[in-house]
Amino acid sequence: MNNQNSGHAIGHLMGRQVDHRQQQLFSAAFLLLLASVLTVASTASLAGAISPYEFDNTVDEARFQSLSRELRCTVCQNQSLADSDAPLAQDLRRELYEMIMDGRADMEIRQFMVDRYGEFVLYRPPIASHTLVLWAGPFIMLLIAIAIGLNTIKRRRQALE
Amino acid sequence: MIRMLVPLGVFIALVIMLVAGLDTAEQRQLVASPLIDKPVPEFELPGLYEPTVQRSNDDFIGQPWILNVWGSWCWACRVEHPFVERLGREAGIPLVGFNWKDERDDALEWIARYGDAWTTHVVDFEGRSAIDFGVYGAPETFLIDHRGIVRHKHIGPIDQTIFNDLMRRIMELRSEAEAS
Repeated sequence: MNNQNSGHAIGHLMGRQVDHRQQQLFSAAFLLLLASVLTVASTASLAGAISPYEFDNTVDEARFQSLSRELRCTVCQNQSLADSDAPLAQDLRRELYEMIMDGRADMEIRQFMVDRYGEFVLYRPPIASHTLVLWAGPFIMLLIAIAIGLNTIKRRRQALE
Repeated sequence: MIRMLVPLGVFIALVIMLVAGLDTAEQRQLVASPLIDKPVPEFELPGLYEPTVQRSNDDFIGQPWILNVWGSWCWACRVEHPFVERLGREAGIPLVGFNWKDERDDALEWIARYGDAWTTHVVDFEGRSAIDFGVYGAPETFLIDHRGIVRHKHIGPIDQTIFNDLMRRIMELRSEAEAS
């Protein structure tokens, strides 16, 4: 009995030791993660700070930000102009900046890009006959899902009665 | 039993759709340029050997010509170079090198090492004309007819198959030019 007790106590002690070590490991991992997140965040804000473009007003700056986010960097395919540091993306941002400073409208700027690179540059595809499935698809899927759900509920109710 | 097979069927359908999607993603670079059947964009660019001489799109009008986008930094340009050389020899029309976002010294050194396959060059250091051409990666090859209309664009390096296709198109453009 006594033996068992002390064995239990040792086991408990060891358990606690392991717990402690695990905790240390966890906190180390957490700190590492935090450090990397902070590094990324700080370089990101740094990159924002050294943006070479200065705007007369905040409206133009906001337009620049939103347009560079909705235009695709064609060479990197899955990045927007805002995300990419590819030389072509830099050139296109410069073009975008100059067009905004020129007082060109958003529609004009989008058209400029589409005329040169095709509709592929637009992250937000226009609603047209050939993009109808794309835009309507999710809603059709939702309707189908609701119909199936309602049907299932109805059948289970009937089964209960 | 059949009801149990439904999720499997849905899963297989999904896989088929995703695989088909992969295929179109591969072909995305083959999507026709919006410039096809439109006049070649206006440009005024310096030469490579003679930086003070400006060349414009008007200088090439009157006969079909080829515009080949390249740069010394462009790895795939080295891959396609033997076929570009063959185009220069066999096409019988001007082959204009579009030196894109390159340092002049690097470009000249590259040519000294691998050979100058082109009839002449235009240099776009800033990449502004390249944007008008909708260039998004080197190498790219445009075929322009004698009226100055862009008729074909190939994105990516030229291999034997592409070379044959380009030669066939070039012969068509040449006979069109002769007929007019």
